[in-house]
Amino acid sequence: MRTSKAVLIADLRSSPPKSSYEFSHRCADSLDAGDHLITLFGRHEKSNRHWGTIVTAVFQTTAGELKVFRGQAEDGKHYPSLTHTYPVAQIFERELWEQTGLQPDGHPWLKPVRFEGERQQRMTDYPFFKVRGREVHEVGVGPIHAGVIEPGHFRFMCLGEKVHHLEIQLGYQHRGVEALLLRRPPMALASIVESICGDSSVAYAWGYCAAVEALSNSPVSLETDLLRGIALEMERIAMHVATLNGLATDVAFLQGGGTYGRLRTAIINATQRVCGNRFGRGWLRPGRARELSEVLRQDLIQTLTAFARDFTEINELMLASLSVKARFQGTGIVSTKTAQELGLVGVVARASGVEIDTRVQLPGRVYERFPAELITESSGDCWARMKQRMREADASVQWLLKVLGDTALDLSGSAAPDALGKPLAPETLCLSLIEGTRGPVVQVLETSSQGQLLHYKVQDPSLPNWFGLAMALRDNDISDFPICNKSFDLSYCGNDL
Amino acid sequence: MIKSILVRKSQGSQYIPDLRAANPIGFRGKPVISEAACANGCNACLAACPSRAISLDPVRIDMGRCVLCGDCEPVCPSEKLSFNNDFKLASTDRDALTISSAHPDIDPIKVSEALHKRFGRSLKLRSVSAGGCNGCEMEINALSNVNFDLGRYGIDMVASPRHADGLVLSGPISRNMADALQIAWDAIPEPKLVIAVGACAISGGIFAECNEVDRAFLDKFKPALYVPGCPTHPLSFISGILDLLGISD
Repeated sequence: MRTSKAVLIADLRSSPPKSSYEFSHRCADSLDAGDHLITLFGRHEKSNRHWGTIVTAVFQTTAGELKVFRGQAEDGKHYPSLTHTYPVAQIFERELWEQTGLQPDGHPWLKPVRFEGERQQRMTDYPFFKVRGREVHEVGVGPIHAGVIEPGHFRFMCLGEKVHHLEIQLGYQHRGVEALLLRRPPMALASIVESICGDSSVAYAWGYCAAVEALSNSPVSLETDLLRGIALEMERIAMHVATLNGLATDVAFLQGGGTYGRLRTAIINATQRVCGNRFGRGWLRPGRARELSEVLRQDLIQTLTAFARDFTEINELMLASLSVKARFQGTGIVSTKTAQELGLVGVVARASGVEIDTRVQLPGRVYERFPAELITESSGDCWARMKQRMREADASVQWLLKVLGDTALDLSGSAAPDALGKPLAPETLCLSLIEGTRGPVVQVLETSSQGQLLHYKVQDPSLPNWFGLAMALRDNDISDFPICNKSFDLSYCGNDL
Repeated sequence: MIKSILVRKSQGSQYIPDLRAANPIGFRGKPVISEAACANGCNACLAACPSRAISLDPVRIDMGRCVLCGDCEPVCPSEKLSFNNDFKLASTDRDALTISSAHPDIDPIKVSEALHKRFGRSLKLRSVSAGGCNGCEMEINALSNVNFDLGRYGIDMVASPRHADGLVLSGPISRNMADALQIAWDAIPEPKLVIAVGACAISGGIFAECNEVDRAFLDKFKPALYVPGCPTHPLSFISGILDLLGISD
C-alpha cells in the first residue's frame, strides 16, 4: 500500500495469515531487501477451539511503502528467530514471546521485556548476562534512582571503572495499558492514551485520533490536523528543552539548568493557555482539536519569538563551554552502523547519522503543506545528541512560526463535523505513526468481524532504543552513565506499558 | 564570561514571588458544579469520565479520581459543569476531596502544629514513582526550577531515603514496583509522612481497575496530604504543603 500518510489501513479479509515459518521467511526477505521493520507483535487468541497466536509485522520499504505481513501459530509451535540474523527484531521477538508464549528458536537474548502477566512481581528473577574473569565486578543501580525519575534497574559489568556491558532491566512501571485500552469504548480512550507516556501525551493522542478516525472513516479538516501539528511541535520543544536542562545539570553547567528550566516553563504554560494543561492533555480528541483564537495565535507567536532569542543565547553559551565539551565529546558513542543494526529510531538514531524521521518520510498532509527539515548529526556521542536536540527544538520553533504566521489559514474555529457515531470498519488493521520527541510512536488497532476493538498495540520509540543505551555505555566509565542516559532520555512507562 | 553575564541579564528574575497568589492562566483546575437541574435520566458526564470520578444525585466529582480532562463539560446538556483555574486542590482528608454544588470548595488545609514544629523550616522528601507516566514526576521536578523554587522554604527533594523526612508517591503503584516502594519507605527514618501526588497515587486514577496495580502499600496508613491533578500542577503541591506546614511568606 503506497501512502505518504503515516496511517495505514489494511483489510484483513483479503489476506489470511500464513504459517509462522512462511511469515518468518517473508520477514527475512523483506529485511534482506533493506526494508525498515516498524513493528512486530502478536495477539494470543482462541479460534476453532485451539489457542494460538496471530503475529503481525509492518515494514516500510526503501520506496517508502508500508506493508503488512501476518502469520499464525498454534500454542506450543516454534518458529525460526529473526534476531539471530537481524538484530533489529530482538526486542520485538522478546515481547512477542513474553506476551503470547510463541517461541522464536535461536533467539540469543530471550528475556522478559517487562515482567507482565504471570511474571509480575518476579523482578528479582531476571537472568542477567554474566561477565566472568578475575577482578570483574558488577554494580547494580535502581530501580529507584537518585533524582526524581521513573524506576528501572541498571546492571553494570565492569573491569575497574570501565563498563564492558550494561544490562537494563525494565518493567517496574507496567500497569496493563494495552488491556485497559480494550475495556472502554474505542472513541473514549483519549485520557488513557494521554497517560501511556505522559510526557508525550500529544504524540500519543494524535496517533490514537488518526487511527480511530481512519477506522471509522471520519476524516477531519486540514485545520484540525494542523492544530494537532502545532500541539505536537510545542510538545517536542518542551521535551527537548527538558532534556537539555537535565544534561546541563548533570555536568554542573548550572546556568544551563536554570535557563532551560524557565524556558520550558514558558512553552508549557503557553500550551496550558491553549488547552488547560501544561502537557497538552485535552488538546486533541477524536474528530477535533482545541482551536486557536486570534488572541492565542498572537500569544503563541510572541511566546515562541521570545523563546527563540533566549534559547539561541543559552545554546551558544553551552556549546562554547569547555567543561561541557570535555564531558560530552566522545562519550557514549553509537556508530551509524550500530544504530542501523539495532533498528534505533528517532532523535537518537538521527544523532548517529541515520536519516530517519516519520515527518519527512511519511509527511501526511500536515508536513506536506509545511515540510519538516531532516536534521542529523554524525558523531553519535552525547555531544551529538545534545546538539541534535538543540537543532530539532530550533526547527520546531521555525516550523511553528511559519504555520502560525500563515494568515491564509483559519485556525480559530475548526468547524469539523462531529461525525463520530460511525462504527469501526470490521476485520481491519490500522497503524498510525507520529514522530514524537523521542521518535515514532506506533499504535496498531485491530477490529473483529463485528467491528469491536480486538487488539490495541502500543509501541513507544523507547522500546528499540533502550538497547542503544546499553551499547553506548560499552567501554565508557560508570560515571558517564548519567549523561549517556540523559542524552537518550528514554521513557520507562512507554516501554513498560 | 561576558556572554555568561549577558545570558544572566536576559534571564532576569524568573521566580514567582508569592506562589499562593499565582494565576496560572488557562489551567483547567477546580470543577464548578452549578445548581442547574440534570436532564431526566441523563448520565452523559458519567459515561464521558475516564476515571469514574463522577457520581450522580446530586452530581459530585471526586478530585481524588478526577484527571481534569474536562471531557464531562461539553457533554452535559444542562451546562452544569465547568472548570476554573483554582489550583488549591490539596487536602489532608481523602473524603474532603469531593466537590458538589453544596460543597463547592476543597476545605482549607488546617495547619498541623506537630508538622509545623518538626518540619516547618526543613522538609526533605524522597520521590518514588510507582507506575507513574512521567507527568507528575516532571511536575515534581519543576518544583525546584527557578520559577517555583520550593527550596526557598527549606523543602527539597533528596536522593537517599535515609536523608528524607517523607515520601512523595506518584503513580497507581504497579505490582512490579510494590516491593521497591516498600523498601524505600522502610529506609526512611521515623517520624515520616507520605504525600500522594496525582489522581493515580490517590486512588489509582485511570488505572484503578488494572490487575497490574497493587495498592496494598496504602492500606497500612493514610497519606498526610493528597494533591489531586493529572498531572499535579506544581502550584497545587506548593500551596498544599505550605498550608500543611504552616509556612507563611
